[in-house]
Amino acid sequence: MTLQTTSHTFLGMPPFPEAARAALANTQQRRNLAHATATIRGKRALVVGEVERWEELRVAGADAKDEALHHLPHYLEQLEENLTARGATVHWARDAEEANRIVVDLVRATGSDEVVKVKSMATQEIELNEALEAAGISAWETDLAELIVQLGHDRPSHILVPAIHRNRAEIREIFLREMGTVGRAAPEDLTSEPARLAEAARLHLREKFLRARVAVSGANFAIADTGTLVVVESEGNGRMCLTLPQTLISVVGVEKVLPTFADLGTMMQLLPRSSTGERMNPYTSMWTGVHEGDGPQDVHVVLLDNGRSAVLEDELGRQALRCIRCSACLNVCPVYERTGGHAYGSVYPGPIGAVLNPQLRGTSSPIDKSLPYASSLCGACFEACPVRIDIPALLVDLRTKVVDEASGRSPEAASMRATAWMFGDHRRLEAAQRASTLAGRLLGGRSLRSIPGLGAWTQARDVPNPPRETFRQWWARTHGDDEEAGS
Amino acid sequence: MTTGPTVALFATCFNDTMWPDAPRAVVTLLERLGCRVVFPREQTCCGQMFTNTGYADEAVPLVRRFVDVLGGYDHVVAPSGSCVGSVREQHPWLARRAGDEGLATASEDVGTRVHELSEFLVDVLGVTDVGASFPHRVTYHPTCHSLRMLHVGDKPLRLLREVRGIDLVDLPAATECCGFGGTFAVKNADTSIAMGADKARHVRDTGAEVLVAGDNSCLAHIGGMLRRQRAGVRIMHLAEVLASTEGAR
Ligand code: SF4
Repeated sequence: MTLQTTSHTFLGMPPFPEAARAALANTQQRRNLAHATATIRGKRALVVGEVERWEELRVAGADAKDEALHHLPHYLEQLEENLTARGATVHWARDAEEANRIVVDLVRATGSDEVVKVKSMATQEIELNEALEAAGISAWETDLAELIVQLGHDRPSHILVPAIHRNRAEIREIFLREMGTVGRAAPEDLTSEPARLAEAARLHLREKFLRARVAVSGANFAIADTGTLVVVESEGNGRMCLTLPQTLISVVGVEKVLPTFADLGTMMQLLPRSSTGERMNPYTSMWTGVHEGDGPQDVHVVLLDNGRSAVLEDELGRQALRCIRCSACLNVCPVYERTGGHAYGSVYPGPIGAVLNPQLRGTSSPIDKSLPYASSLCGACFEACPVRIDIPALLVDLRTKVVDEASGRSPEAASMRATAWMFGDHRRLEAAQRASTLAGRLLGGRSLRSIPGLGAWTQARDVPNPPRETFRQWWARTHGDDEEAGS
Repeated sequence: MTTGPTVALFATCFNDTMWPDAPRAVVTLLERLGCRVVFPREQTCCGQMFTNTGYADEAVPLVRRFVDVLGGYDHVVAPSGSCVGSVREQHPWLARRAGDEGLATASEDVGTRVHELSEFLVDVLGVTDVGASFPHRVTYHPTCHSLRMLHVGDKPLRLLREVRGIDLVDLPAATECCGFGGTFAVKNADTSIAMGADKARHVRDTGAEVLVAGDNSCLAHIGGMLRRQRAGVRIMHLAEVLASTEGAR
């Protein structure tokens, strides 16, 4: 059985439309997001546009991930074998609870009461920081944006830039207020200049890097045929965590496996351009087990399922596991740009979150039931996705699951059935149309400002009047009653 | 004078019932271009609304109906990018989901002959100058499904550029969704309105008198906002502009 975990930090989230309504009223956040997403969209478009064979690369990326996913047990065993042969210890975790227990035990065994962390979605997903804290272990986030979120007692709202909803002035305030409570304080004369903010973070974190004996990371890729783990980052904090401490524990979702080292070449052409809009990211760290006298000597890899094998069984849905967490789909999403990430009630926001969360957690909670509908199906996400995940198709498929689970017991289902019955025969449709055009004739030229039951529509939009004559009535009048055109 | 091919018009249920001017304009336009237009009366709806709301079971009989009623024609034309998208992309999936491989194959086959208006004009008839005249300032919104499902590209713009007297102005952030999204406009009304407000603002910024698109559902959403704002911009379907001979000498 796969345990369905519900997030503590996002526990009891209202359905998306409600959370979105609140977020839409946050004018500061909307400004921050509109600015940030527009900037990164522009950068991405530029560097993707200069790759002539982008489409071929996308297909190659999708193929490499599919190869791994369609033969997952094989590649995972190969990965384990190679990791073990190179001196790493592999642990298997069925769910969040198991993974957290494994990590807590490993940290305890070192005698350390703190860990430095490389930004990792998998550990966010399982809420490792909360589990460590409960065990009396402090977890220090070292990615700048992740640090901002942690210091601000906030939640991440973007996969790549978790503090995207914050602007510089807000970040300055958080640093001034919070840094001193958990380590080196920010300088009193801190300004909101990016360079000054980065400097404050650097000094604050350096203390922790040099002291830490244990690091916790995720991995962007886990290469089966060599046993190599890869972390792709921009700030160098990852490099610090992956090289300085004695013990390194990496929590890696099973879908992160790549068959061969050559596949990494494809991915490294796709990922930086899609995520930060750079040709290449500043730091790519790779490690293959233990190297005597160089880097961590105690290397652990926790392979995490947490609902993924269940997703794998779904022939259409499993393409979501190709996701390389680049965030391109978030940055191009018109819904995400306006509501921000918190409304999605998960560490996975945006279009891919609207798919992954109900896939991994099921569709029983109000938020997970509403997520498949949190999209206008405009297709911008699919177009941007470097591994060609057809997010709109997956959303529609998930909607059918939500409807099937409700087993037809809703007013919506009843009205859908009635409408479908009407469309089942053109004579029924024509009868219904006669009623609607009658309304049109009665209304004449007047506008329907407010029709009962049309509340959601008429809040901000006028309703078109039904016409005096439907198309088929016009056709019958002008082209004769049979289907053919008059000669 | 019918020298061109026979075309079955798929009016789409929304246009048939709410916006008959668009399919009427398709008839006018295609007949002017020498086509013989037929309207198989048994047609009703492509089922998109059911499919996209999660009611796949309700949509399957409509897939069958579509194949039965329109499958026999060489060319089917519809004045809606999203309905054509649904027919091409979703019908085979719906049939397969219901375990009906025969229907899936049949709908795949029909799908290759179903065209959105601009595709039919440019790709099948091979025309961009359709002999239209429309002396107004116009901006064009490319709807998402035309753009990203059907990949019509700049075909609608190529057609519009040839219209006599038209003053065609670029719409800023044109490719961004207007926020309609069918069921989305109701289930996520607030977000839909926030998106529509930005789209309406971009439309107003162009100073256009007429907003044109290939989908009346998106137009009703944006137009409904513009009208509420008393913005002085009216909406027209692409077919209506291409059928127009206003001010022609
Ligand atoms: S779904 Fe695609 S675009 Fe979105 S984060 Fe994943 S890989 Fe990137």
